[in-house]
Amino acid sequence: MSSPSESLQQKLRDWTYELGGPGTRERLAKLTPPRNEYGVDPYGFDVDFAIAAVAPFAWLYRNYFRVTLHGIERVPADGRVLLIANHSGQLPFDAAMLEVALLLDMDPPRIARALVERWVPTLPFISPFFARIGQVVGTPENCRRLLAADEALLVFPEGVRGLNKVFSERYKLRSFSSGFMRLALEANAPIVPIGVVGAEEQAPALVDLKPLAKMLGMPALPITPYLLPLPLPVHYHVYFGEPLRFTGSPDADDAELERQAGEVQAAVQSLVDQGLAERPGVFL
Amino acid sequence: MTAPETAPLPGPVLVTGIAGNLGRALAKQLHLETTVIGVDRRPFPDRPKDVEHHQLDLRKARVDDLFRHRRPKALIHLGISHDPRMPFSEAHNFNVVGTQKILDLCVRHGVKKAVVLSSANVYGPLPNNSNFLAEETPLMAADRYSGVRDLIELDMYAQSFVWRHPEVETVILRPCNIVGPTVRNAPSNYLRLQRPLTVMGFDPMIQLIHEDDVASALLQALRPGSRGVYNVVGPGEVPLSAVMRELGREPVPVPDFLLRPALRRLFQAGVVSFPPEELDHLQYLCVVDGSRARRELGWSPRFSLRETIRSILA
Repeated sequence: MSSPSESLQQKLRDWTYELGGPGTRERLAKLTPPRNEYGVDPYGFDVDFAIAAVAPFAWLYRNYFRVTLHGIERVPADGRVLLIANHSGQLPFDAAMLEVALLLDMDPPRIARALVERWVPTLPFISPFFARIGQVVGTPENCRRLLAADEALLVFPEGVRGLNKVFSERYKLRSFSSGFMRLALEANAPIVPIGVVGAEEQAPALVDLKPLAKMLGMPALPITPYLLPLPLPVHYHVYFGEPLRFTGSPDADDAELERQAGEVQAAVQSLVDQGLAERPGVFL
Repeated sequence: MTAPETAPLPGPVLVTGIAGNLGRALAKQLHLETTVIGVDRRPFPDRPKDVEHHQLDLRKARVDDLFRHRRPKALIHLGISHDPRMPFSEAHNFNVVGTQKILDLCVRHGVKKAVVLSSANVYGPLPNNSNFLAEETPLMAADRYSGVRDLIELDMYAQSFVWRHPEVETVILRPCNIVGPTVRNAPSNYLRLQRPLTVMGFDPMIQLIHEDDVASALLQALRPGSRGVYNVVGPGEVPLSAVMRELGREPVPVPDFLLRPALRRLFQAGVVSFPPEELDHLQYLCVVDGSRARRELGWSPRFSLRETIRSILA
Protein backbone atom coordinates (compact mmCIF):
# COMPACT_ATOMS: atom_id res chain seq x y z
CA MET A 1 0.00 0.00 0.00
CA SER A 2 2.00 2.98 -1.19
CA SER A 3 -0.58 4.94 -3.14
CA PRO A 4 0.15 8.64 -3.66
CA SER A 5 -2.19 9.55 -0.81
CA GLU A 6 -0.42 7.06 1.47
CA SER A 7 2.99 8.60 0.83
CA LEU A 8 1.56 12.12 1.21
CA GLN A 9 0.09 11.08 4.54
CA GLN A 10 3.45 9.70 5.64
CA LYS A 11 5.15 12.99 4.70
CA LEU A 12 2.55 14.95 6.65
CA ARG A 13 2.98 12.69 9.66
CA ASP A 14 6.75 13.29 9.56
CA TRP A 15 6.03 17.02 9.43
CA THR A 16 3.81 16.74 12.50
CA TYR A 17 6.57 14.85 14.35
CA GLU A 18 9.08 17.54 13.37
CA LEU A 19 6.83 20.44 14.40
CA GLY A 20 6.04 18.70 17.68
CA GLY A 21 9.71 18.61 18.61
CA PRO A 22 11.86 15.75 19.93
CA GLY A 23 9.96 12.79 21.31
CA THR A 24 6.72 13.64 19.52
CA ARG A 25 6.62 10.39 17.55
CA GLU A 26 6.98 8.36 20.75
CA ARG A 27 4.41 10.45 22.58
CA LEU A 28 1.83 10.19 19.78
CA ALA A 29 2.42 6.43 19.71
CA LYS A 30 0.76 6.37 23.14
CA LEU A 31 -2.57 7.18 21.46
CA THR A 32 -4.28 3.84 21.14
CA PRO A 33 -7.93 4.38 20.30
CA PRO A 34 -9.86 1.23 19.39
CA ARG A 35 -9.45 0.48 15.70
CA ASN A 36 -10.60 -2.24 13.36
CA GLU A 37 -8.71 -3.84 10.46
CA TYR A 38 -9.54 -0.78 8.35
CA GLY A 39 -7.83 1.59 10.77
CA VAL A 40 -10.85 3.39 12.20
CA ASP A 41 -12.79 3.40 15.44
CA PRO A 42 -16.58 2.99 15.40
CA TYR A 43 -17.00 6.75 14.92
CA GLY A 44 -14.72 6.77 11.90
CA PHE A 45 -11.76 8.29 13.74
CA ASP A 46 -8.46 7.29 12.11
CA VAL A 47 -5.53 8.16 14.34
CA ASP A 48 -2.90 7.87 11.57
CA PHE A 49 -4.93 10.13 9.32
CA ALA A 50 -5.40 12.58 12.19
CA ILE A 51 -1.66 12.81 12.88
CA ALA A 52 -1.15 13.57 9.18
CA ALA A 53 -4.05 16.00 8.93
CA VAL A 54 -2.93 17.95 11.96
CA ALA A 55 0.40 18.94 10.33
CA PRO A 56 -0.70 22.21 8.66
CA PHE A 57 -2.53 23.19 11.84
CA ALA A 58 0.55 22.33 13.89
CA TRP A 59 2.49 24.67 11.62
CA LEU A 60 -0.03 27.44 12.28
CA TYR A 61 0.13 26.59 15.97
CA ARG A 62 3.91 26.92 16.19
CA ASN A 63 4.74 29.55 13.57
CA TYR A 64 1.69 31.62 12.68
CA PHE A 65 -0.45 31.94 15.81
CA ARG A 66 2.56 31.12 18.05
CA VAL A 67 0.19 29.63 20.60
CA THR A 68 1.28 30.16 24.22
CA LEU A 69 -0.28 27.83 26.78
CA HIS A 70 -0.91 28.67 30.41
CA GLY A 71 -1.68 25.74 32.71
CA ILE A 72 -2.29 22.86 30.29
CA GLU A 73 -1.29 20.51 33.13
CA ARG A 74 -4.77 21.21 34.52
CA VAL A 75 -6.26 19.02 31.81
CA PRO A 76 -6.63 15.53 33.36
CA ALA A 77 -4.31 12.97 31.77
CA ASP A 78 -7.15 10.48 31.44
CA GLY A 79 -10.78 9.92 32.20
CA ARG A 80 -13.88 11.68 31.03
CA VAL A 81 -13.72 15.46 30.94
CA LEU A 82 -15.52 18.39 29.35
CA LEU A 83 -13.28 21.13 28.00
CA ILE A 84 -15.35 24.29 27.86
CA ALA A 85 -13.94 27.25 25.95
CA ASN A 86 -14.98 30.58 24.51
CA HIS A 87 -15.47 30.58 20.76
CA SER A 88 -14.41 33.29 18.30
CA GLY A 89 -12.59 34.11 15.10
CA GLN A 90 -15.23 33.50 12.37
CA LEU A 91 -13.54 30.24 11.35
CA PRO A 92 -12.96 27.70 14.14
CA PHE A 93 -9.15 27.94 14.30
CA ASP A 94 -9.54 28.17 18.08
CA ALA A 95 -10.86 24.61 18.07
CA ALA A 96 -8.00 23.45 15.86
CA MET A 97 -5.40 25.12 18.11
CA LEU A 98 -6.86 23.49 21.21
CA GLU A 99 -6.78 20.10 19.46
CA VAL A 100 -3.14 20.63 18.53
CA ALA A 101 -2.29 21.75 22.06
CA LEU A 102 -3.66 18.54 23.56
CA LEU A 103 -1.85 16.45 20.96
CA LEU A 104 1.56 18.10 20.90
CA ASP A 105 1.93 19.71 24.31
CA MET A 106 0.44 17.07 26.59
CA ASP A 107 2.21 13.92 27.71
CA PRO A 108 0.52 11.53 27.21
CA PRO A 109 -1.32 13.33 24.43
CA ARG A 110 -5.12 13.42 24.34
CA ILE A 111 -7.59 13.48 21.51
CA ALA A 112 -10.23 16.11 22.14
CA ARG A 113 -13.50 15.18 20.52
CA ALA A 114 -14.90 18.50 19.38
CA LEU A 115 -18.64 18.70 18.94
CA VAL A 116 -19.52 20.06 15.53
CA GLU A 117 -22.60 21.85 14.29
CA ARG A 118 -25.44 19.76 12.90
CA TRP A 119 -25.01 21.21 9.42
CA VAL A 120 -21.41 19.90 9.14
CA PRO A 121 -22.50 16.41 7.99
CA THR A 122 -24.10 18.02 4.92
CA LEU A 123 -20.81 19.60 3.79
CA PRO A 124 -18.90 17.61 1.18
CA PHE A 125 -15.24 16.83 2.03
CA ILE A 126 -15.53 18.55 5.41
CA SER A 127 -17.93 15.92 6.73
CA PRO A 128 -15.63 12.88 6.24
CA PHE A 129 -12.54 14.94 7.13
CA PHE A 130 -14.01 15.85 10.52
CA ALA A 131 -15.09 12.26 11.13
CA ARG A 132 -11.58 10.91 10.40
CA ILE A 133 -9.97 13.36 12.82
CA GLY A 134 -12.36 12.39 15.61
CA GLN A 135 -14.97 15.14 15.58
CA VAL A 136 -18.60 14.21 16.14
CA VAL A 137 -21.95 15.90 15.68
CA GLY A 138 -22.95 17.46 18.98
CA THR A 139 -26.03 15.41 19.78
CA PRO A 140 -26.66 14.65 23.47
CA GLU A 141 -26.58 10.95 22.62
CA ASN A 142 -23.08 11.22 21.11
CA CYS A 143 -21.83 13.17 24.13
CA ARG A 144 -23.21 10.61 26.57
CA ARG A 145 -21.49 7.77 24.75
CA LEU A 146 -18.15 9.54 24.51
CA LEU A 147 -18.15 10.56 28.17
CA ALA A 148 -19.12 7.03 29.18
CA ALA A 149 -16.07 5.88 27.19
CA ASP A 150 -13.90 8.30 29.23
CA GLU A 151 -13.11 10.59 26.33
CA ALA A 152 -12.35 14.32 26.40
CA LEU A 153 -15.07 16.47 24.84
CA LEU A 154 -14.32 19.95 23.55
CA VAL A 155 -17.43 22.10 23.76
CA PHE A 156 -18.07 25.70 22.80
CA PRO A 157 -21.34 26.49 24.55
CA GLU A 158 -21.62 29.80 22.71
CA GLY A 159 -21.75 27.92 19.40
CA VAL A 160 -21.83 30.00 16.24
CA ARG A 161 -23.23 32.92 18.23
CA GLY A 162 -19.77 33.22 19.73
CA LEU A 163 -17.79 32.22 16.66
CA ASN A 164 -19.38 34.83 14.42
CA LYS A 165 -19.43 37.84 16.71
CA VAL A 166 -18.66 41.18 15.09
CA PHE A 167 -15.47 42.96 16.11
CA SER A 168 -17.13 45.47 18.43
CA GLU A 169 -18.45 42.57 20.55
CA ARG A 170 -15.06 40.91 21.03
CA TYR A 171 -14.37 39.06 24.29
CA LYS A 172 -17.96 39.59 25.47
CA LEU A 173 -19.01 36.00 25.94
CA ARG A 174 -22.42 35.04 24.63
CA SER A 175 -24.55 33.36 27.26
CA PHE A 176 -23.65 29.68 27.59
CA SER A 177 -26.32 27.19 26.66
CA SER A 178 -26.74 24.76 29.53
CA GLY A 179 -26.83 21.46 27.63
CA PHE A 180 -23.24 20.65 28.53
CA MET A 181 -24.03 21.05 32.23
CA ARG A 182 -26.70 18.36 32.11
CA LEU A 183 -24.21 16.01 30.44
CA ALA A 184 -21.51 16.82 32.98
CA LEU A 185 -23.85 16.06 35.87
CA GLU A 186 -25.12 12.86 34.28
CA ALA A 187 -21.62 11.55 33.61
CA ASN A 188 -20.14 13.06 36.77
CA ALA A 189 -17.43 14.56 34.57
CA PRO A 190 -15.13 17.40 35.59
CA ILE A 191 -15.21 20.62 33.57
CA VAL A 192 -12.00 22.40 32.58
CA PRO A 193 -12.73 26.03 31.70
CA ILE A 194 -10.56 27.43 28.93
CA GLY A 195 -10.03 31.04 27.92
CA VAL A 196 -8.70 31.67 24.41
CA VAL A 197 -7.24 35.10 23.76
CA GLY A 198 -6.18 36.26 20.30
CA ALA A 199 -8.75 34.52 18.15
CA GLU A 200 -11.19 37.42 18.45
CA GLU A 201 -8.81 39.64 16.48
CA GLN A 202 -7.85 37.06 13.82
CA ALA A 203 -10.70 38.00 11.48
CA PRO A 204 -12.40 41.21 12.57
CA ALA A 205 -15.92 41.14 11.17
CA LEU A 206 -17.64 44.43 10.46
CA VAL A 207 -21.05 42.92 9.86
CA ASP A 208 -22.73 39.55 9.80
CA LEU A 209 -25.00 39.25 6.77
CA LYS A 210 -27.57 37.08 8.50
CA PRO A 211 -30.35 37.14 5.89
CA LEU A 212 -27.94 36.15 3.13
CA ALA A 213 -26.46 33.47 5.38
CA LYS A 214 -29.94 32.09 5.91
CA MET A 215 -30.54 31.98 2.18
CA LEU A 216 -27.31 30.04 1.68
CA GLY A 217 -28.10 27.68 4.55
CA MET A 218 -25.08 28.84 6.53
CA PRO A 219 -25.11 29.72 10.23
CA ALA A 220 -23.51 33.14 9.60
CA LEU A 221 -21.84 35.20 6.91
CA PRO A 222 -19.30 37.55 8.47
CA ILE A 223 -17.69 40.23 6.30
CA THR A 224 -14.18 41.42 7.19
CA PRO A 225 -12.48 44.57 5.78
CA TYR A 226 -10.75 42.23 3.32
CA LEU A 227 -14.03 40.32 2.71
CA LEU A 228 -13.01 36.76 3.51
CA PRO A 229 -12.71 35.67 7.15
CA LEU A 230 -9.07 34.57 6.72
CA PRO A 231 -7.05 34.75 9.93
CA LEU A 232 -4.42 37.40 10.62
CA PRO A 233 -1.22 36.34 12.42
CA VAL A 234 -2.48 37.14 15.89
CA HIS A 235 -0.75 35.69 18.95
CA TYR A 236 -2.90 33.08 20.70
CA HIS A 237 -2.84 32.74 24.46
CA VAL A 238 -4.72 29.80 25.92
CA TYR A 239 -5.51 29.74 29.65
CA PHE A 240 -6.63 26.49 31.29
CA GLY A 241 -8.50 26.82 34.58
CA GLU A 242 -8.67 24.42 37.52
CA PRO A 243 -11.12 21.56 36.86
CA LEU A 244 -14.57 22.35 38.23
CA ARG A 245 -16.81 19.67 39.68
CA PHE A 246 -20.52 20.16 40.03
CA THR A 247 -23.02 18.13 41.95
CA GLY A 248 -26.73 18.07 41.49
CA SER A 249 -29.41 16.38 39.48
CA PRO A 250 -29.13 16.40 35.70
CA ASP A 251 -32.93 16.63 35.72
CA ALA A 252 -32.94 19.81 37.77
CA ASP A 253 -34.85 22.89 36.60
CA ASP A 254 -33.41 24.72 33.64
CA ALA A 255 -32.88 27.69 35.95
CA GLU A 256 -30.59 25.65 38.20
CA LEU A 257 -28.62 24.26 35.25
CA GLU A 258 -28.34 27.73 33.78
CA ARG A 259 -27.00 29.03 37.07
CA GLN A 260 -24.29 26.34 37.09
CA ALA A 261 -23.51 26.95 33.41
CA GLY A 262 -23.21 30.62 34.37
CA GLU A 263 -20.52 29.70 36.90
CA VAL A 264 -18.54 27.99 34.14
CA GLN A 265 -19.06 30.99 31.90
CA ALA A 266 -17.74 33.28 34.65
CA ALA A 267 -14.67 31.05 35.01
CA VAL A 268 -14.01 31.22 31.28
CA GLN A 269 -14.58 34.98 31.22
CA SER A 270 -12.11 35.51 34.05
CA LEU A 271 -9.48 33.43 32.21
CA VAL A 272 -10.11 35.59 29.12
CA ASP A 273 -9.84 38.77 31.17
CA GLN A 274 -6.61 37.54 32.73
CA GLY A 275 -5.23 36.82 29.26
CA LEU A 276 -6.23 40.23 27.95
CA ALA A 277 -4.55 41.94 30.89
CA GLU A 278 -1.36 39.90 30.58
CA ARG A 279 -0.72 39.95 26.84
CA PRO A 280 1.72 42.53 25.52
CA GLY A 281 -0.27 43.07 22.31
CA VAL A 282 -2.54 41.48 19.77
CA PHE A 283 0.21 40.40 17.39
CA LEU A 284 3.10 40.21 19.83
CA MET B 1 -34.98 -11.21 29.89
CA THR B 2 -31.81 -13.09 29.05
CA ALA B 3 -32.46 -15.91 26.63
CA PRO B 4 -30.30 -18.90 27.39
CA GLU B 5 -28.49 -19.63 24.15
CA THR B 6 -29.34 -23.27 24.42
CA ALA B 7 -33.08 -22.97 25.08
CA PRO B 8 -34.82 -25.31 22.65
CA LEU B 9 -36.49 -23.80 19.59
CA PRO B 10 -40.27 -23.96 19.52
CA GLY B 11 -41.86 -25.81 16.66
CA PRO B 12 -43.28 -26.12 14.19
CA VAL B 13 -42.20 -22.70 12.93
CA LEU B 14 -44.06 -20.92 10.17
CA VAL B 15 -41.65 -18.87 8.03
CA THR B 16 -43.08 -16.29 5.66
CA GLY B 17 -40.99 -15.12 2.73
CA ILE B 18 -39.01 -18.35 2.96
CA ALA B 19 -38.22 -18.52 -0.75
CA GLY B 20 -36.23 -15.30 -0.67
CA ASN B 21 -32.48 -15.48 -0.33
CA LEU B 22 -32.49 -14.70 3.36
CA GLY B 23 -35.36 -17.16 3.88
CA ARG B 24 -33.33 -19.94 2.26
CA ALA B 25 -30.32 -19.13 4.42
CA LEU B 26 -32.60 -19.28 7.46
CA ALA B 27 -34.28 -22.53 6.40
CA LYS B 28 -30.89 -24.19 6.10
CA GLN B 29 -30.10 -23.46 9.77
CA LEU B 30 -33.62 -23.76 11.13
CA HIS B 31 -34.61 -27.18 9.77
CA LEU B 32 -31.75 -28.83 11.65
CA GLU B 33 -33.36 -27.90 14.96
CA THR B 34 -37.11 -27.78 14.40
CA THR B 35 -39.97 -28.35 11.98
CA VAL B 36 -40.21 -25.66 9.30
CA ILE B 37 -43.34 -24.68 7.37
CA GLY B 38 -42.66 -22.19 4.58
CA VAL B 39 -45.12 -19.74 3.07
CA ASP B 40 -44.26 -17.55 0.11
CA ARG B 41 -45.85 -16.27 -3.08
CA ARG B 42 -42.79 -17.60 -4.86
CA PRO B 43 -41.88 -21.26 -5.37
CA PHE B 44 -39.12 -22.73 -3.19
CA PRO B 45 -37.21 -25.20 -5.36
CA ASP B 46 -34.28 -27.21 -3.96
CA ARG B 47 -35.51 -26.80 -0.41
CA PRO B 48 -34.30 -29.17 2.30
CA LYS B 49 -36.38 -32.37 2.14
CA ASP B 50 -37.98 -31.93 5.54
CA VAL B 51 -39.12 -28.36 4.88
CA GLU B 52 -42.69 -28.13 3.65
CA HIS B 53 -43.63 -25.21 1.46
CA HIS B 54 -46.93 -23.55 0.64
CA GLN B 55 -46.98 -21.25 -2.32
CA LEU B 56 -49.50 -18.74 -1.02
CA ASP B 57 -50.10 -15.03 -0.65
CA LEU B 58 -50.19 -14.12 3.04
CA ARG B 59 -53.37 -12.15 2.59
CA LYS B 60 -55.29 -15.17 1.27
CA ALA B 61 -57.79 -17.11 3.37
CA ARG B 62 -55.90 -20.35 2.85
CA VAL B 63 -53.27 -19.09 5.28
CA ASP B 64 -55.95 -19.48 8.00
CA ASP B 65 -56.27 -23.15 7.09
CA LEU B 66 -52.56 -23.54 7.43
CA PHE B 67 -52.70 -22.27 11.01
CA ARG B 68 -55.69 -24.51 11.76
CA HIS B 69 -54.23 -27.68 10.35
CA ARG B 70 -50.51 -27.36 10.92
CA ARG B 71 -50.74 -25.61 14.33
CA PRO B 72 -47.45 -23.64 14.23
CA LYS B 73 -46.08 -22.68 17.65
CA ALA B 74 -43.93 -19.85 16.32
CA LEU B 75 -43.68 -17.43 13.43
CA ILE B 76 -40.76 -15.84 11.64
CA HIS B 77 -42.08 -13.10 9.40
CA LEU B 78 -39.68 -12.29 6.57
CA GLY B 79 -42.38 -11.78 3.95
CA ILE B 80 -41.72 -8.08 3.56
CA SER B 81 -40.97 -6.45 0.23
CA HIS B 82 -38.28 -3.79 -0.07
CA ASP B 83 -38.71 -3.31 -3.79
CA PRO B 84 -38.68 0.44 -4.55
CA ARG B 85 -40.13 -0.28 -7.99
CA MET B 86 -43.32 -1.69 -6.53
CA PRO B 87 -46.13 0.91 -6.59
CA PHE B 88 -46.58 2.34 -3.12
CA SER B 89 -50.17 1.18 -2.64
CA GLU B 90 -49.19 -2.36 -3.51
CA ALA B 91 -46.11 -2.35 -1.28
CA HIS B 92 -48.20 -0.91 1.52
CA ASN B 93 -50.90 -3.52 1.08
CA PHE B 94 -48.46 -6.40 0.89
CA ASN B 95 -46.25 -5.27 3.77
CA VAL B 96 -48.62 -3.66 6.24
CA VAL B 97 -51.82 -5.60 5.60
CA GLY B 98 -49.83 -8.82 5.28
CA THR B 99 -48.13 -8.21 8.63
CA GLN B 100 -51.37 -7.30 10.39
CA LYS B 101 -53.05 -10.40 9.03
CA ILE B 102 -50.31 -12.82 10.00
CA LEU B 103 -49.91 -11.38 13.51
CA ASP B 104 -53.66 -11.53 14.08
CA LEU B 105 -53.62 -15.19 13.07
CA CYS B 106 -50.92 -15.77 15.68
CA VAL B 107 -53.26 -14.43 18.36
CA ARG B 108 -56.21 -16.49 17.20
CA HIS B 109 -54.29 -19.73 16.94
CA GLY B 110 -52.29 -19.52 20.13
CA VAL B 111 -48.87 -19.01 18.58
CA LYS B 112 -46.40 -18.44 21.42
CA LYS B 113 -43.61 -16.60 19.65
CA ALA B 114 -43.36 -14.19 16.70
CA VAL B 115 -40.21 -12.73 15.18
CA VAL B 116 -40.67 -9.89 12.70
CA LEU B 117 -37.83 -8.83 10.43
CA SER B 118 -37.81 -5.05 10.14
CA SER B 119 -34.71 -3.09 9.12
CA ALA B 120 -32.33 -0.45 10.45
CA ASN B 121 -33.42 1.61 7.46
CA VAL B 122 -36.52 2.66 9.41
CA TYR B 123 -34.29 5.18 11.24
CA GLY B 124 -33.12 6.60 7.94
CA PRO B 125 -29.80 8.19 6.96
CA LEU B 126 -30.30 11.72 8.25
CA PRO B 127 -27.59 14.39 8.42
CA ASN B 128 -28.16 15.10 12.11
CA ASN B 129 -28.24 11.47 13.23
CA SER B 130 -26.20 10.48 16.24
CA ASN B 131 -23.35 8.12 15.48
CA PHE B 132 -25.17 5.16 17.05
CA LEU B 133 -28.93 4.92 17.00
CA ALA B 134 -30.49 3.00 19.86
CA GLU B 135 -33.81 1.18 19.54
CA GLU B 136 -35.70 4.10 21.13
CA THR B 137 -34.66 6.54 18.39
CA PRO B 138 -37.69 7.95 16.56
CA LEU B 139 -38.21 6.40 13.14
CA MET B 140 -37.62 9.41 10.93
CA ALA B 141 -36.65 7.78 7.63
CA ALA B 142 -39.83 8.95 5.90
CA ASP B 143 -38.80 12.53 6.57
CA ARG B 144 -36.53 12.43 3.57
CA TYR B 145 -37.84 9.43 1.67
CA SER B 146 -41.55 8.71 1.73
CA GLY B 147 -41.02 5.38 -0.03
CA VAL B 148 -40.16 3.74 3.28
CA ARG B 149 -43.44 4.72 4.97
CA ASP B 150 -44.80 1.19 4.69
CA LEU B 151 -41.72 -0.30 6.36
CA ILE B 152 -42.04 2.17 9.22
CA GLU B 153 -45.72 1.51 9.55
CA LEU B 154 -45.25 -2.23 9.77
CA ASP B 155 -42.46 -1.81 12.32
CA MET B 156 -44.69 0.42 14.45
CA TYR B 157 -47.60 -1.98 14.06
CA ALA B 158 -45.41 -4.83 15.29
CA GLN B 159 -44.24 -2.65 18.21
CA SER B 160 -47.80 -1.97 19.31
CA PHE B 161 -48.52 -5.67 18.92
CA VAL B 162 -45.75 -6.43 21.44
CA TRP B 163 -47.69 -4.54 24.10
CA ARG B 164 -51.24 -5.34 23.04
CA HIS B 165 -50.62 -9.07 22.98
CA PRO B 166 -48.29 -10.08 25.77
CA GLU B 167 -49.45 -13.68 25.27
CA VAL B 168 -47.46 -13.77 22.01
CA GLU B 169 -43.81 -13.21 22.81
CA THR B 170 -42.90 -10.88 19.95
CA VAL B 171 -39.46 -9.76 18.80
CA ILE B 172 -38.73 -7.16 16.13
CA LEU B 173 -35.27 -7.29 14.59
CA ARG B 174 -33.80 -4.30 12.80
CA PRO B 175 -30.68 -5.54 11.03
CA CYS B 176 -28.26 -3.22 9.26
CA ASN B 177 -27.46 -3.73 5.55
CA ILE B 178 -27.63 -7.45 4.79
CA VAL B 179 -25.04 -8.80 2.35
CA GLY B 180 -23.88 -12.23 1.36
CA PRO B 181 -23.28 -14.53 -1.57
CA THR B 182 -26.99 -15.00 -2.34
CA VAL B 183 -28.46 -11.66 -1.20
CA ARG B 184 -29.69 -9.40 -4.00
CA ASN B 185 -30.88 -6.28 -2.15
CA ALA B 186 -30.07 -2.66 -3.01
CA PRO B 187 -26.89 -2.31 -0.89
CA SER B 188 -25.36 -5.58 -2.05
CA ASN B 189 -26.27 -4.96 -5.70
CA TYR B 190 -24.68 -1.54 -5.40
CA LEU B 191 -21.49 -3.01 -3.96
CA ARG B 192 -21.37 -5.54 -6.80
CA LEU B 193 -20.89 -2.75 -9.36
CA GLN B 194 -17.32 -2.53 -10.57
CA ARG B 195 -17.50 1.25 -11.03
CA PRO B 196 -20.16 2.43 -8.58
CA LEU B 197 -21.13 6.10 -8.50
CA THR B 198 -20.51 7.77 -5.16
CA VAL B 199 -21.40 11.22 -3.88
CA MET B 200 -18.32 13.41 -4.15
CA GLY B 201 -16.93 14.49 -0.80
CA PHE B 202 -18.90 12.02 1.31
CA ASP B 203 -17.71 8.82 2.93
CA PRO B 204 -20.07 7.71 5.71
CA MET B 205 -19.46 4.89 8.13
CA ILE B 206 -21.62 1.92 7.22
CA GLN B 207 -22.58 -1.39 8.80
CA LEU B 208 -22.91 -4.66 6.94
CA ILE B 209 -24.07 -8.02 8.21
CA HIS B 210 -23.69 -11.44 6.60
CA GLU B 211 -26.93 -13.21 5.62
CA ASP B 212 -26.00 -16.24 7.74
CA ASP B 213 -25.49 -13.98 10.75
CA VAL B 214 -28.97 -12.51 10.24
CA ALA B 215 -30.30 -16.05 10.03
CA SER B 216 -28.62 -16.98 13.31
CA ALA B 217 -29.98 -13.81 14.93
CA LEU B 218 -33.50 -14.79 13.81
CA LEU B 219 -32.92 -18.24 15.28
CA GLN B 220 -31.71 -16.79 18.53
CA ALA B 221 -34.67 -14.41 18.74
CA LEU B 222 -36.97 -17.40 18.27
CA ARG B 223 -35.82 -19.02 21.50
CA PRO B 224 -38.15 -18.34 24.42
CA GLY B 225 -37.33 -15.54 26.84
CA SER B 226 -36.90 -12.43 24.70
CA ARG B 227 -39.35 -9.77 23.60
CA GLY B 228 -39.17 -6.27 22.12
CA VAL B 229 -37.09 -4.42 19.54
CA TYR B 230 -33.47 -5.25 18.77
CA ASN B 231 -31.03 -3.68 16.37
CA VAL B 232 -28.84 -6.34 14.79
CA VAL B 233 -25.41 -5.31 13.60
CA GLY B 234 -22.54 -7.18 12.06
CA PRO B 235 -18.92 -7.13 13.12
CA GLY B 236 -18.41 -3.36 13.07
CA GLU B 237 -18.49 -0.02 11.33
CA VAL B 238 -16.37 0.87 8.35
CA PRO B 239 -16.10 3.79 5.91
CA LEU B 240 -17.83 3.17 2.59
CA SER B 241 -14.52 3.89 0.83
CA ALA B 242 -12.78 1.08 2.74
CA VAL B 243 -15.47 -1.36 1.61
CA MET B 244 -14.88 -0.25 -1.98
CA ARG B 245 -11.13 -0.76 -1.59
CA GLU B 246 -11.57 -4.19 -0.02
CA LEU B 247 -13.78 -5.22 -2.96
CA GLY B 248 -11.40 -3.76 -5.54
CA ARG B 249 -14.02 -1.31 -6.81
CA GLU B 250 -13.25 1.86 -8.73
CA PRO B 251 -15.79 4.37 -7.42
CA VAL B 252 -16.75 7.31 -9.62
CA PRO B 253 -17.44 10.35 -7.44
CA VAL B 254 -20.11 12.72 -8.78
CA PRO B 255 -21.25 15.93 -7.04
CA ASP B 256 -24.58 15.62 -5.31
CA PHE B 257 -26.15 18.45 -7.34
CA LEU B 258 -25.53 16.52 -10.57
CA LEU B 259 -26.07 13.00 -9.31
CA ARG B 260 -29.42 13.48 -7.62
CA PRO B 261 -31.36 15.00 -10.56
CA ALA B 262 -29.78 12.55 -12.97
CA LEU B 263 -30.74 9.59 -10.82
CA ARG B 264 -34.27 10.95 -10.42
CA ARG B 265 -34.71 11.00 -14.20
CA LEU B 266 -33.22 7.55 -14.65
CA PHE B 267 -35.36 6.09 -11.87
CA GLN B 268 -38.54 7.64 -13.25
CA ALA B 269 -37.69 6.31 -16.70
CA GLY B 270 -37.22 2.85 -15.17
CA VAL B 271 -33.58 2.59 -16.24
CA VAL B 272 -32.26 2.09 -12.70
CA SER B 273 -33.94 0.61 -9.63
CA PHE B 274 -32.18 2.93 -7.20
CA PRO B 275 -34.43 5.80 -6.05
CA PRO B 276 -32.56 9.13 -5.75
CA GLU B 277 -33.41 9.42 -2.05
CA GLU B 278 -31.30 6.34 -1.41
CA LEU B 279 -28.26 8.51 -2.15
CA ASP B 280 -28.63 9.64 1.46
CA HIS B 281 -27.18 6.25 2.40
CA LEU B 282 -23.99 7.22 0.56
CA GLN B 283 -23.78 10.53 2.42
CA TYR B 284 -25.15 10.30 5.93
CA LEU B 285 -24.99 7.97 8.89
CA CYS B 286 -27.57 5.30 9.51
CA VAL B 287 -25.47 3.36 11.99
CA VAL B 288 -27.20 1.57 14.83
CA ASP B 289 -26.22 0.43 18.30
CA GLY B 290 -26.44 -3.35 18.43
CA SER B 291 -25.46 -3.80 22.06
CA ARG B 292 -28.94 -4.71 23.31
CA ALA B 293 -29.13 -7.78 21.05
CA ARG B 294 -25.69 -8.90 22.18
CA ARG B 295 -26.59 -8.41 25.82
CA GLU B 296 -30.16 -9.69 25.93
CA LEU B 297 -30.31 -12.24 23.13
CA GLY B 298 -26.79 -13.48 23.78
CA TRP B 299 -26.22 -13.29 20.04
CA SER B 300 -23.12 -12.14 18.19
CA PRO B 301 -22.04 -12.33 14.55
CA ARG B 302 -19.75 -15.17 13.47
CA PHE B 303 -18.28 -13.52 10.38
CA SER B 304 -15.44 -11.02 10.70
CA LEU B 305 -15.64 -7.59 9.13
CA ARG B 306 -13.41 -8.63 6.25
CA GLU B 307 -15.30 -11.90 5.69
CA THR B 308 -18.60 -10.04 5.71
CA ILE B 309 -17.43 -7.52 3.12
CA ARG B 310 -15.85 -10.16 0.92
CA SER B 311 -18.96 -12.36 1.04
CA ILE B 312 -20.36 -10.02 -1.63
CA LEU B 313 -17.77 -11.41 -4.04
CA ALA B 314 -18.66 -15.05 -3.48
